[in-house]
Amino acid sequence: MIDDRSAALEVEDLTVAYSDQPVLWDIDLVVPAGDKMAIVGPNGAGKSTLIKAAMGLVPSVAGEVRVFGRPFAKGNGEIAYVPQRSSLEWDFPTDVLDVVTMGTYGSLGWFSRPGAAERDRARAALEEVTMEAFERRPIAQLSGGQQQRVLLARALVQEAPILMLDEPFQGVDAPTEQAIAAVLDRLSDEGKTVIVVHHDLQTVPEYFDSVLLLNVRAIESGPVADVFTEDNLRLTFGGRVGVLAQLAAGEIDS
Amino acid sequence: MSPELEILAIAIVTAVAAALPGTYLVLRRTAMVSDAISHAILPGIVVAFFLTQDLNSPLLMVAAAATGVLTVVLIEALIRSRLVPEDASIGIVFPALFSIGVILISRGASDVHLDTDAVLLGELAFAPFHRLTVAGVDLGPAALWSMGAILAVNAVLILLAWKELKLATVDASLAALLGFQPLVVHYGLMTMVSVTAVGAFDAVGSILVVALMIAPPATAYLLAERLGPMIGFAVATAAAGAALGWAVALALDVSIAGAIATASGLLFAVAFLAAPQRGLLAQARRRSGQRLDFAVRMLLVHLLHHEDTPEAAEECREAGLFRHLGWREAWTRRVVGKAEQRELVARAGELVLPTEAGRHLANNAVIGFGD
Amino acid sequence: MELFGDYTLRVVALGSGVLGAAAGALGSFAYLRRQSLVGDALSHAALPGIALVFLLTGSKAPLPIMLGAACAGWISTLAVRLVVRRSRVPYDSALGMALAVFFGFGLVLLTAIQKRPDAAQAGLESFLFGQAASLLREDVVVMSILGAGCLIVLGALWKEFKLLSFDSEFGDSLGRPMRRVDGLFTLLLVVAVVIGLRTVGVVLMSAMVVAPAAAARQLTNRLAPMVVIAAVIGVISGVSGAVLSSLIPRLPTGPTIVLVLSAFVVLSLVFAPGRGLFWRWIRLGRLQPAAALNPVLMHLYALSQQHPEEPDHGHGLAVLRTMSPAGADLEQVLGDLQSRGLAHVVGEGLWAPTPIGRREAERSLDHEAEVRS
Repeated sequence: MIDDRSAALEVEDLTVAYSDQPVLWDIDLVVPAGDKMAIVGPNGAGKSTLIKAAMGLVPSVAGEVRVFGRPFAKGNGEIAYVPQRSSLEWDFPTDVLDVVTMGTYGSLGWFSRPGAAERDRARAALEEVTMEAFERRPIAQLSGGQQQRVLLARALVQEAPILMLDEPFQGVDAPTEQAIAAVLDRLSDEGKTVIVVHHDLQTVPEYFDSVLLLNVRAIESGPVADVFTEDNLRLTFGGRVGVLAQLAAGEIDS
Repeated sequence: MSPELEILAIAIVTAVAAALPGTYLVLRRTAMVSDAISHAILPGIVVAFFLTQDLNSPLLMVAAAATGVLTVVLIEALIRSRLVPEDASIGIVFPALFSIGVILISRGASDVHLDTDAVLLGELAFAPFHRLTVAGVDLGPAALWSMGAILAVNAVLILLAWKELKLATVDASLAALLGFQPLVVHYGLMTMVSVTAVGAFDAVGSILVVALMIAPPATAYLLAERLGPMIGFAVATAAAGAALGWAVALALDVSIAGAIATASGLLFAVAFLAAPQRGLLAQARRRSGQRLDFAVRMLLVHLLHHEDTPEAAEECREAGLFRHLGWREAWTRRVVGKAEQRELVARAGELVLPTEAGRHLANNAVIGFGD
Repeated sequence: MELFGDYTLRVVALGSGVLGAAAGALGSFAYLRRQSLVGDALSHAALPGIALVFLLTGSKAPLPIMLGAACAGWISTLAVRLVVRRSRVPYDSALGMALAVFFGFGLVLLTAIQKRPDAAQAGLESFLFGQAASLLREDVVVMSILGAGCLIVLGALWKEFKLLSFDSEFGDSLGRPMRRVDGLFTLLLVVAVVIGLRTVGVVLMSAMVVAPAAAARQLTNRLAPMVVIAAVIGVISGVSGAVLSSLIPRLPTGPTIVLVLSAFVVLSLVFAPGRGLFWRWIRLGRLQPAAALNPVLMHLYALSQQHPEEPDHGHGLAVLRTMSPAGADLEQVLGDLQSRGLAHVVGEGLWAPTPIGRREAERSLDHEAEVRS
C-alpha cells in the first residue's frame, strides 16, 4: 500500500462492473501533484468509467480513492469534473454565464442564490477560456468548441486542486484545442493536477507529462517517455495499434 | 360454452392479440404510443357513430384505425419540426384529440349509448351478452369473433413481415439501405395497434389495452434473448395473465379487466425478481460471486508478493491474513475457503501458500492481461 | 364581469387557475428532463390510492383522498425507477406498465368496494374526466394551499432543480444530493397531479403538465421566463376553460381547458418569434429545419468554387446530373432554386448560384462545420 503524501490522487484496487461484465478491474493509479496525465485506451476500455468511479459518480465493487492522502469525499471541492460534451442536452434554455455559474453551486447552501460574487467568479473563468464575449449567448447556439470551453470554465470556477476531463479535445476546432491545452498548461504550472481521458494518441507526448494505458485493467502508467512505447500500446490496443501509434511512441521516423 | 368460459376465451384472445404488436412497441421504445393511440381514437369512433348511428358498424373500426394513424402522423410531424421532443409530442397530441372526442360526445350524443366510461373501461362481464348471430344461428360472443379475427390478422402480418419488422426495429437505417421500407413497416405497425385497441375497447377498455400491450412483452424481454422466443414468451405470459386475472376476478367478484391488468403486472414482477439471467436474484447471486472472484485474486496477488520476503511467515499466516488485507475475518475465511476449493492455495501448517495454478493466476493478474 | 358573480364559476375558475400555474411551472422541468409523460402515468397510478382510502375510511373528503392518490402515485414512481435501474426494460415501457397496472389494480379495488363488476358506475367518472363543476370552496382552498406550496418550494430550490434538469451528474460531482432533489421534484409533481385530478381528470392531466411548457419553450431562451410563461399559460387556459365551459352548454370543463392549451401550443409553434414554423416557412420555403440546404445548390456552389474569378461561370445539366442521386428531378429543383432567387441561368443550359445562393451555401457549410465539431 502506497501512502505517498505528494500524490494528488491515489486509486487502489478500483473495480467496477455492470451487470455481468467487469468494466474496470483492480485499477491502481498514483497521480503526483501538478501532473498532467492522459488516460488512453480503446473503446470500451473503461476510461470514462474510471474518472466517474474515482469521483463516486458510479458505484464501484471494490477499491479506494484517496486525495492528498485522505479518503475522497464528493462535496469538498477537491476534484472538478468536465464531462463529455455529448452527454448533455444543449437545447436547454439558459445562457453561457448561467452554466458557468452553476460551478459555484457547490459552495452555496440549499436556499441561497448565486449573487454578484459568484457571477464575477464565473466571468473570470470565462475570460480564462476567452469566452467572455459570449456571456449572454443561449447555449443552444454554441458551436462544439464553444461548448467545450464553457464546460471547462464551469470546472475552473470551482478552483479545485484536481481536474478530471473526459475527452475535452474530441471534435473541437484547432483554436479551441490550443486554448484548452494552454489552460491545462497553466493549471499544471500553478501546481494543479489535471487528468484527461484522451482519444488522440498522436498528441499525448505533446500535451501530457504522464499517461495511463487502460484496457479494463491498468496496463501501465507513468511518465510518457517511459510508458508510451509501442509494446505497451500494442498490449493496450490488442495489436490494432497501427502506424499512428507507432509514430506517437516515437518508434519510427515519419 | 358457459358465459364464464366465453369470457376467459375472449380475455385470452385479446391478451395475445395485444401482445403481438406490443412486443415491437416495447423493443422500439415507443410503448407510450399505445397509451396515446388508445385514447386518441375516441373522436374517430364518435364521428363514425354519428354517421352510422350504429355502435356495431364496421365503420367505427375503420375510423378508429384511421384516427390512430392520424395520431401517429401528428406526433411525428411535431417531432420532425425539431421544436418539441418526442415524449412531449405524444403528451400534447393525444389529450387534444381525446378532448375533441369527449366534447363531441357531450354536444352530440349525450343521450345515446356511446358511454365514454365504456370506451375507456370496457367490461368483460357484459361481453357474452352481445352475440354474433348469422342467419339466426348463435355463433358465440361477438367480441370473441372480432378479437379472434384481429389476432389472426396480427399473427399473419407479423409472420409475413417478420424480417422487415425485425430489421426495422433493430436498425432502421440498415433496413432502408437494404430496400426494406421502414416507414411502411412503421405505419403498418401503428395501424395494427389502432385496430387492436379498437377491437379490445369493448372487452377491456383502452387503458387496459395498454397493460396488455406492454406488460407481457416487457416480461418476455427479461426472459428471452432473441426475437422469436421473446414473442413466444410474450404470448404465453399474456395468456397466463388473462387466465390468472379471470380466475381471481370471478372468485372475488371484481373487475375482470382490472384483475387481468394486475395479474400481468404481477407476472412481470415475478420475472423481474426471478428471471434466470436478468432477474434481481440472479444479479445478486452473480455479484456476490464476482466479489468472491476478485477477492480470491487479490489474495493470490498478496501471497505472491510476500512469499519470498522476510515477512512471509507473518503475512501468509492464515490467522493474520485478514489484518494485512484489511478484510473482515469471516470474509477472509470464505475467500481462503474458495481459493482452496479451486486448488489455488494450499495450507502448510499455519501458512496459506499459493499452488502452481494459483501462482499462474496471480502472475497474470499482476501483468495485467489474460483471462 | 358578472360572470364571476356566479359562485360555481368563481370556484371552478380559481381551482383551474391554481392547477394551471402549478402544473405549468413544474411541467417545465419535467419537459426539460424528458419526463413529460410522468404526469400521465402519475394520474392513472393514483387510482388504487383513492380506492384504498375510500375502502378504509368510507370518506370522499378531499384531503384524505388526495393523500391516498399521492401515496399511490409516489409508489408508482419508485417502481418505475427500480425497474429502469435494475433491468433492461426501457423507461417508457416501465412508465406505461406502472400506468396501466396500477390503474387496473385500482379498478379491482373499486369494484371490490362497490360489490359490483361494473366499474363504470363505481364513481369513477369524475375521476376519469374530472368533475370541475362539483368542486366546492373547501376543495379549492386545499388546492390553492397545495399549489402555492409547490410554487414556493420550486422557487426556494430553484438552483437545485435547474442543476437536476440540466446536468444532474455534475450536481452529483459537486456533492449536491441529486437523488434527494429528484425525489423532491417527483413529490411536487405528484402533488400537482393530485390537485388536477378533480378538475381535469386522469386522461387530460398529461396535457396540463406538458402543453404549457412546450408552448413556453418556443417563446424564450431562458429558464425563469419559460417557467413563468408556462405558469401564466396554465392559468389563462384554466380560467378561460372554466369560463367557456360555463357559457356554452354541454361543454365539459376539462376537455375545454385542454383545447385552449392546445391552441396556445399551436400558436406558439407557428408564430413564435424566430423559431416559429411560420417564419421558417417564409425564410426557407419549407417547414423542416434547414439542416442541409438543397444538395443541388451545394453542388452548384462547389462547382462555382472551381472558378473563383468567374462567378457566373455556369455548369450544365449533364455535369449536375452526375453529382446528383439517380432519379432526382433536376429541372424541377433548379426551377425551384431559381424562383427562390438562389440560382440562375447564365448561358445556354448553364446554371450558377446567385450571390444570395452563394451566401446561403456558405452559411450552411459554416453551420455544418459547427454541428460536426
